[in-house]
Amino acid sequence: MRSFTYERATDARGAVAAVSRPGAKFISGGTNLLDLMKLEVERPSHLVDISRLPLTDIEELPDGGLRIGAQATNSDTAADARVRTHYPVLTQALVAGASGQLRNKASVGGNLLQRTRCPYFYDTAAGCNKRDPGSGCSAIGGFNRIHAILGVSDACIATHPSDMAVAMTVLEAQVELLDADGSARRVAVTDFHRLPGDTPHIETVLRPGEMITGVVLPPPPPGRQIYRKVRDRASYEFALVSVAVIVATDRGTISSARAAFGGVAHKPWRSVEAEAALTGHPAAMATYRAAAEAAMRDAVGRGHNDFKIELARRTLCRTLAQAAQATEAG
Amino acid sequence: MIGQALDRVDGPAKVAGQATYAYEHWDDGQPLYGFVVGATIGTGRITRIDTARAERSPGVHMVMTHHDTPAQGAPDLSIPFEYWRAFPVLSRADVRHYGEPVALVVAATFEQARAAAPLVDIEYAGEAGSYDFAACRHQAYAPDSLIYGMIPTDTAVGDFDAGFDTAPVRIDERYTTPYEFSQPMEPHACLVEPHGEDLIVHVSSQIVDAARASIASTLQIDPERIHIVTPYVGGGFGSKLRIHHETILAAFAARALNRPVKVALTRQQIFHLTGVRPTSSQRVRLGAERDGRLVAIAHEVTMHTNRHEEYIEPTATTTRSLYAAPHRLTRHRLVPLDLPRGEDVRAPGEAPGLLAVESAMDELAYALEMDPVELRIRNEPELDPERGVPFSDRHLVECLRDGARRFGWESRPAQAASLREGRWMVGYGMAAAIRGHLQAPTKVAVRLQADGTAVVRSDMTDIGTGTYTILTQVAADGLGLPPDRVRVELGRSEFPVSMGSGGSWGATNSCTALHRACEALREKLLATASNDARSALHGLDPAGAAFVDGGVRIGGASETLSEIVARNHPDGVEAEGETLAMTDDPNYQDYALHSYGAHFAEVGVDADTAEIRLRRMLGVFSVGRVLNAKTARSQLIGGMIWGVGAALEEEGAVDPRSGAFVNRDLAQYLVPVHADISEVDAVVLDGFDDKANVLGAKGVGELGICGAGAAVANAVFNATGVRVRDFPITLEKVLPGLPPMDD
Ligand SMILES: Cc1cc2nc3c(=O)[nH]c(=O)nc-3n(C[C@H](O)[C@H](O)[C@H](O)COP(=O)(O)OP(=O)(O)OC[C@H]3O[C@@H](n4cnc5c(N)ncnc54)[C@H](O)[C@@H]3O)c2cc1C
Ligand code: SF4
Repeated sequence: MRSFTYERATDARGAVAAVSRPGAKFISGGTNLLDLMKLEVERPSHLVDISRLPLTDIEELPDGGLRIGAQATNSDTAADARVRTHYPVLTQALVAGASGQLRNKASVGGNLLQRTRCPYFYDTAAGCNKRDPGSGCSAIGGFNRIHAILGVSDACIATHPSDMAVAMTVLEAQVELLDADGSARRVAVTDFHRLPGDTPHIETVLRPGEMITGVVLPPPPPGRQIYRKVRDRASYEFALVSVAVIVATDRGTISSARAAFGGVAHKPWRSVEAEAALTGHPAAMATYRAAAEAAMRDAVGRGHNDFKIELARRTLCRTLAQAAQATEAG
Repeated sequence: MIGQALDRVDGPAKVAGQATYAYEHWDDGQPLYGFVVGATIGTGRITRIDTARAERSPGVHMVMTHHDTPAQGAPDLSIPFEYWRAFPVLSRADVRHYGEPVALVVAATFEQARAAAPLVDIEYAGEAGSYDFAACRHQAYAPDSLIYGMIPTDTAVGDFDAGFDTAPVRIDERYTTPYEFSQPMEPHACLVEPHGEDLIVHVSSQIVDAARASIASTLQIDPERIHIVTPYVGGGFGSKLRIHHETILAAFAARALNRPVKVALTRQQIFHLTGVRPTSSQRVRLGAERDGRLVAIAHEVTMHTNRHEEYIEPTATTTRSLYAAPHRLTRHRLVPLDLPRGEDVRAPGEAPGLLAVESAMDELAYALEMDPVELRIRNEPELDPERGVPFSDRHLVECLRDGARRFGWESRPAQAASLREGRWMVGYGMAAAIRGHLQAPTKVAVRLQADGTAVVRSDMTDIGTGTYTILTQVAADGLGLPPDRVRVELGRSEFPVSMGSGGSWGATNSCTALHRACEALREKLLATASNDARSALHGLDPAGAAFVDGGVRIGGASETLSEIVARNHPDGVEAEGETLAMTDDPNYQDYALHSYGAHFAEVGVDADTAEIRLRRMLGVFSVGRVLNAKTARSQLIGGMIWGVGAALEEEGAVDPRSGAFVNRDLAQYLVPVHADISEVDAVVLDGFDDKANVLGAKGVGELGICGAGAAVANAVFNATGVRVRDFPITLEKVLPGLPPMDD
C-alpha cells in the first residue's frame, strides 16, 4: 500500500472541493477501495472520507418516488419499509450481495462504483487494460469463467459486479451527481456505466471530482418485481448471471415488461430486445424463450464463460414465468 | 473422563485474545518486518536484479536476493518424511514456479516492506513452461521412490486384466480432481529472534521437531541452537507439516541484521508458497458379477508434480484395503509440470482417491440396479485383500447400516432424476469412508508438583483440533485428578519430542504416550509412599491402589498426592511415556488398522440453473474409542464440510501462460460458507480397537473428508441423472444435461 493523506469531509461542497486535488479519491465504506489499495491496484495519494456526510436519508418524493442518499448503507436501504414494499427487486438484489458485515459498511454510492472482480485486474503483475491502459487483456486467452458475454471489446471482457445496480436499472433509477463547481446533474443509471470499447479504464460518465449524492427511484411501475441471482455458492459470492424483471400481465398477455441482466457485461445490461419480445405477447414459455433468444442474440463466450449464454437464457425464462404467474395470481 | 465432551481448555484464552500466535509475539522488543517478493514468471531465469530503489524506500533495512543468501544445506532425500529435510530459499537465479520468492524486503514496518517490494527491479529471461496437466498427461512417469519412503507406488494381486475382461458387468471411467489448497485461517508466519548463536523461532507449525531439523539443516547449524515456540497454531491442514520460505528467510534476515524479524505470507502468497494438492486424473475399473461381487478392481492415478521436487500423493492406497476382489491393481504416476510443489493437504490420498473410487462404485450400483449400500456390504472383505492379514477392528458394515437407518435411506429414489420438489430436483447419495490409522514415535512427560497439580509437556502441537483438552483428560484420568488441576504445555522444542499433528496421528500418539507416563508416575508415587514410614500408605500393597480425587487410596488408608509429593519430592516428580513407531509395533505387521465411516447426503439441484445445494448430510464413523466427544465431532463435521467443498466448489485455476494460480484469494477460491451447510451431523459408533493402542483410540482428524465428496457427487447424479467426473461439480457441467424449460 502506498502512503496517503486523509481528510474527513463535513459537507458535500467541501468534499468535492477537497477531491479536486490530483491523486485524490473519495472513500465511503471502503469495502472495495481499501482492498484495491492494499494490492496497489488503486494508488490514491489523498483520501476524502465522505462516509459521515449527511447523505444517509431515504426520503419520499412528491411524485411518489424515493430518493436514497449516497451514504445510506446497503443494509439500511434493503431494510427500508418503503423499499421493501414498493421496490422489492432492490431489496432482493441488495440482500443477495456480499455478506451482512459488508452490507453494513457498503454505501449506495460505493456500490455503483465498485470495480470489476476480474482476477487479472487484481494482479498487478498481469497485463490489464483497465488497470494499466495499453498493457493488454490477460482474461482473453486466460481464465475467463466469470467474464462478460455482451457488449465486450477486444480491450476488455470484464463484468460490472453489482447486484444493486441491476435492480436499479429495471427501476429506471437516476443517479444524482454533484460537480466540483457545485453544479448538480442527474444521469439515468443505464447511462451511468459505460461499455469498455477502447477505454475500459473509463467505467462511468462521472467527471473527475464528481460525487454521487443520491439515487432517485421514480414511482414503481406496475407489475411484479423479481431479482434472481445465480451463483456458485449460496452466499458471499458474486453473480455468475443475475436477472431483474418487472412484469405486468393482463388476462394472460404481458402488458409491460422490463428486464436486465447482471454478470454478463461491463455494465448492468438492460435488454430492450427481450422487453420488445415480451410486451403484447402471451405470458407463456414460448414467449419467454423468444425473449431469451433476443436478449442473447449478440452474446459471445470466450471459452470458460460460454455456459453463461444458456444460463442467462434459462434464468430469464424462469424468472419471467415466476413473475407472470404471480401477477396473474393476484 | 476420557471420552467426555469436555469444553476446550484453551477456549477461553483464544476467545479473549490471550492465546499468542507466532506473528503476535513481541518479547524481544521491536521487530523488523519482512515481505516476500515473488517471481512473476513461471519458468526461466533472473537475468538482473537491482535492489537500489527498494533499499532507498523509507524504513527499509535490507533487501535480500539470491546474491546475498549464505550457504545452505541441500535436502537429504534419504529422510523419508520430507518435512525434516532442508528447505533452501533464494538459492539460484532460475525460477521453478510462479510466485517463487526472488527477494525479501525487510523494513521497520510491514507497510514499508510491502511498499518497497514492487521497487525491486527484476529482469527475467522467461522460458516456455509446462502448466497444462491434461496436455502433458502423456509425459507421465513411474516414480522410483516409495511414497513417504515406505509405501510402494504400485501393487498387484491376481491377474487384473484377465479378471476384468471376464467380468459380466464392468465400469471403466476416468475422474479428474483439481488443484486444492489447505488455506488455514492463520497464515504461515514466524518471528525469529537471534540470541547470540541461538535462534528463537516463533513459527506456526504442525511438527516442532521437523521445523527444528529443517531450519538447522538449511542453515547448517546445530539443532540445539534452534528453539521452536509454537503453542498455538491457527490451522494447518498439512501446509504447516514443514516450514517454508518465510521461516528460512526470517532466520537469515534476523541473523544478518541481529534483530528480531517477522515474516508472514499474504493470503495470495499462500497459494503459491505452501504446497498444493496435486491435480489428478484417475482411471477406475471395476469388474463385477451380476450379484455385485467384485472380481477385479484397478485404481490408476496420474497426478502432477513439480518438475524439480517430486511429491506423490498416496491417492490409490486405501483402495488396497477397501473392498474384496481377487484381481487388483493400483498405480501412481507423475506428470512433471512447472507448478508449485505438491504437498500433503488434509487427508492426502483418500480425499481425491475416494472421490473417484466411490463415484465408480455408485456407477456400478446403477449398472447393476442395486442399492449402493448393499453393493458395498456385498464386497466387505474378511481379510485385508492385499496383505492377507486380519483387520484390527473393522466396522464399515455397521457404519453403512446404521447410517442408512438414521438417514432414512430407504426413501431414496432408486431411479435417477425422479424426485422433484417444485423447481428442485432432489437426490440422495452415499459413499464409504476408510483411512489408515497411523502411529509414530512420541514422548510425553508428566510432572506432579508439590501443590498436587500436574504439568504435561510435549513438543506436540494443538492446531485447533483440541490436543490441550484431550491431554488434560488423559492426565486427569491417569492420575485421578480433576481436569482443572492439570496444565498442558505444548509446542516447544525443549519438551519431549513428538511427531506433532499430522496424518490424524497426533491425538493417539500423544495420548498413548501420556497414558503410559501417568502409569509410570503412579508406580513411582506408590513406591515412594509404601517405602516412606511417614506415609499413611506405608507398607501397604500397591497392587490395590486407586488414584481418585487427587489422592491415593489403598483399602481404608489414603493420602493426598500433594502430601506424598511435598514430603518426598519438593521439586516435583516426573515420568515419561512413549509411543512406538509403526515399524516397531508388531500389530502393524499382523493387522490392517483403519478407521471407517459412511456418508449420506441429500442435495437439491435447481432444474433451471443447475445450482447445487446441500440439503442435509450424515456421517456415521467407527474410530475405536473417542477421546473427547465434542472435539471428535468437530473434526468429523469439519471434514465432511471439506468434502462438500471438494465435490462442488474448490478448484485452483491455472493461467495457461504464466502458470500462476489465478483465483488466489478466498473470494475467488471458493470453500463452503455457512449458507451452503444446512443440516450436517456426525455420529460415532461406540468402540475400542485394542490393536491400535492401550486407549483403544484411532485417528479422527481426516476421516470426515474421506468419501464425503463422493456422497455429494452421487447425490447430484441421483437428482439429475448427470454424472460429472470432473471435479468440482460446478453448474456448467450439469447444465447441458438438464431437462428443457417447461411452463
Ligand atoms: C468479499 C466481497 C464480496 C462481495 N460480494 C458482492 C456481491 O455479491 N454483490 C455485490 O453487488 N457486491 C459485492 N461486493 C461489493 C460491495 O458491494 C462493494 O464493495 C460496496 O458496495 C462498495 O461500497 P463502499 O461504500 O464500501 O465503497 P468504497 O470502497 O468506499 O468505494 C468504492 C469506490 O467508489 C468511490 N466512491 C464511493 N462513494 C462515492 C460517492 N458517493 N461518489 C463518488 N465516488 C464514490 C470510491 O472512490 C471508490 O472508488 C462484495 C465485496 C466483497 C469485499
Ligand atoms: S477483462 Fe478487463 S479487467 Fe480483466 S484483464 Fe482484461 S482488461 Fe483487465
